[in-house]
Amino acid sequence: MVNSRVIEKLEILADAAKYDVSCSSSGSKRNNKDKGLGDTKGYGICHAFTEDGRCVSLLKILLTNHCIFDCAYCVSRKSNNVKRAAFTVEEVVDVTINFYRRNYIEGLFLSSGIFDSPDYTMERLVRIAKKLRIDHNFNGYIHLKAIPGASDELMKEAGLYADRLSVNVEMPTEKSLKLLAPEKKHIDVIKPMEYLKKEIIGYREEKALNRKAPAFAPAGQSTQMVIGATKETDMEILGMADYFYQQMNMKRVYYSGYVPISNDGRLPMIGTPVPIIRENRLYQADWLIRFYGFRVNEIVGFDQPDLDLDIDPKLGWALRNLDQFPVDINTATLEMIKRIPGIGHQNAKKIVAARKFNRLLPEHLQKMGIAYNRAKYFLAVPHPFSIQKDFTSIQIKQQILSLQHSKYNADFSSQLALF
Amino acid sequence: MLIFLHNWPYSKLMTAMIYDGTYQGWLTAIFDSYEYKMNDVCFLKGETAAIPLFATAHYVVTDEVKARRVIKGLKLRLSAEGLNNLYKVYLSEEEKSEEMMCRFVRYVFTSKENIEQNFSNSAVWDVKKLAKKVKREAHRMEAFVRFKLTKDNLFYAIIEPDHNVLPLVAGHFKGRYADQRWLIYDAKRKYGIYYDLETLSTVELEFRLGPASAKGITEICDEREAFFQELWRKYFSSVNIKARNNMRLHIQHMPKRYWKYLPEKMPEI
Repeated sequence: MVNSRVIEKLEILADAAKYDVSCSSSGSKRNNKDKGLGDTKGYGICHAFTEDGRCVSLLKILLTNHCIFDCAYCVSRKSNNVKRAAFTVEEVVDVTINFYRRNYIEGLFLSSGIFDSPDYTMERLVRIAKKLRIDHNFNGYIHLKAIPGASDELMKEAGLYADRLSVNVEMPTEKSLKLLAPEKKHIDVIKPMEYLKKEIIGYREEKALNRKAPAFAPAGQSTQMVIGATKETDMEILGMADYFYQQMNMKRVYYSGYVPISNDGRLPMIGTPVPIIRENRLYQADWLIRFYGFRVNEIVGFDQPDLDLDIDPKLGWALRNLDQFPVDINTATLEMIKRIPGIGHQNAKKIVAARKFNRLLPEHLQKMGIAYNRAKYFLAVPHPFSIQKDFTSIQIKQQILSLQHSKYNADFSSQLALF
Repeated sequence: MLIFLHNWPYSKLMTAMIYDGTYQGWLTAIFDSYEYKMNDVCFLKGETAAIPLFATAHYVVTDEVKARRVIKGLKLRLSAEGLNNLYKVYLSEEEKSEEMMCRFVRYVFTSKENIEQNFSNSAVWDVKKLAKKVKREAHRMEAFVRFKLTKDNLFYAIIEPDHNVLPLVAGHFKGRYADQRWLIYDAKRKYGIYYDLETLSTVELEFRLGPASAKGITEICDEREAFFQELWRKYFSSVNIKARNNMRLHIQHMPKRYWKYLPEKMPEI
């Protein structure tokens, strides 16, 4: 192996893979087998954080960035004039093992451009995973991209070696996909998702009956949507995400703020800022749906199809529903406490546990690390001497905004609303 | 001082519990404080400790049986996690942490039921909070340990954590790197944990391998070590998206005090 060539390839193929935002290494428990190499903890570990603040948990690379498709949003599209490279199976295995042994990574996230045919590409991905698992007794985390159009047999084999499989839907609507990737259809990605869903459920049921049955993608499947390349509203995006959670049993839906990489007239120009705040708001909404018991139509609706950029979606919901407040944390249900702005999932549980011992007062909440300055507008205070002022939702919003110092403040200018 | 005079002569004197610095020693001190009815205690490590002016000294002789009895009593009233949190606070090595633990233990023993979730009580909350801090750093060490491979096939790493978290992470590395010999050395506390493919052992040594130098790497490291470090550095910079730069978040997740032993944060050798 010529070292300098491997370094060059890694730079090209890591650079091409970085727009796939999934980096999770959690959700799978794989014990070290027969004193081999590695194990996978259910909680995942972020081994480093790049200067953009994103975590590095896995060796995330493409096997090759040669691709027969020409999707406008993709940096590896056929017509793009970039350096091309391809790893050999041995090279990927060698780098993965050696990074892993040095505790740089939790495992491998392998994706690829489509070269030749879907089956040909998928076969290589599977071969690498198999080599790691069988030849090297590697028990670290493996995330493989499921290539749409690959045969069921290959998909099945992939699931037996990988912890997670993913098929990216890329565009939230069929219309956008048609615009930017005319060769592709939504059904091409829905089909493999459905297949994976069926297998994941089937193997899980079998495993429940027989502990020795093999696991199939124990960390489930995930997908990704590109945000801000096309004109979808947040309602359309969250609606699609909800469909994936409900209908496909997805573990995660990732939102990838579009980074302008092309002069294509169909896309935002190079230099357009990445919609980082919008992406963040979508993740917050996603969390509300998955962990806080919110329904999509409580967060966005036809009257308000996009999330507020200046405040988070939970605060937004609370301000639109002031009739549900104030809440008395000493008597309210856990579900309702979770809906109070400034009180997270974990803290809500702590409140419910602690109030069994004695009545909780504001000073207790402050001590317990709750964002009290945000929560106080929504709490029924037991103090007989404190005066609860009746603020309007606009007043509350102004007061809370005056407390936060976001480096993105400039981007919240109300001028934006004019366009 | 004033308070002391004010209380005189009714207040009982404070007792300085002088113990050997071990967890067992501290548990023995707790046992003694109950046995001799010492209500107002503070803790000092080592025989050379300076005893406060108005305290009487009690020299704790670490006793496994006494320590076990305290643990047994705590087990009856705490969950495994609650007991573990106490140990984590001990490992924090933060000032006044022993007194914090003592307040917690006394509260535990005064109540019949398990009080570890009474978060509005500061004896409980302080322990919970500090234990969380220690746990977070232990998790960070699971992430930020960077092994280097030597010529004689030993993977070694140096760390300098704020808290003494090595005992908390050794098991993780043993389970994960079951087929490689490794040594993780805490340069601050001058001891390491060594895994010989069978068992873990604590080693105390002056480890003279400072931060990497080109010469050091070629002398002691495997011939491919420099290559993989270089590859990792290149990987780390390639996956960054410049259009999204957010140094504040970067530093929040990877505080500068840990950079010293991270090859990706070191200038090229």
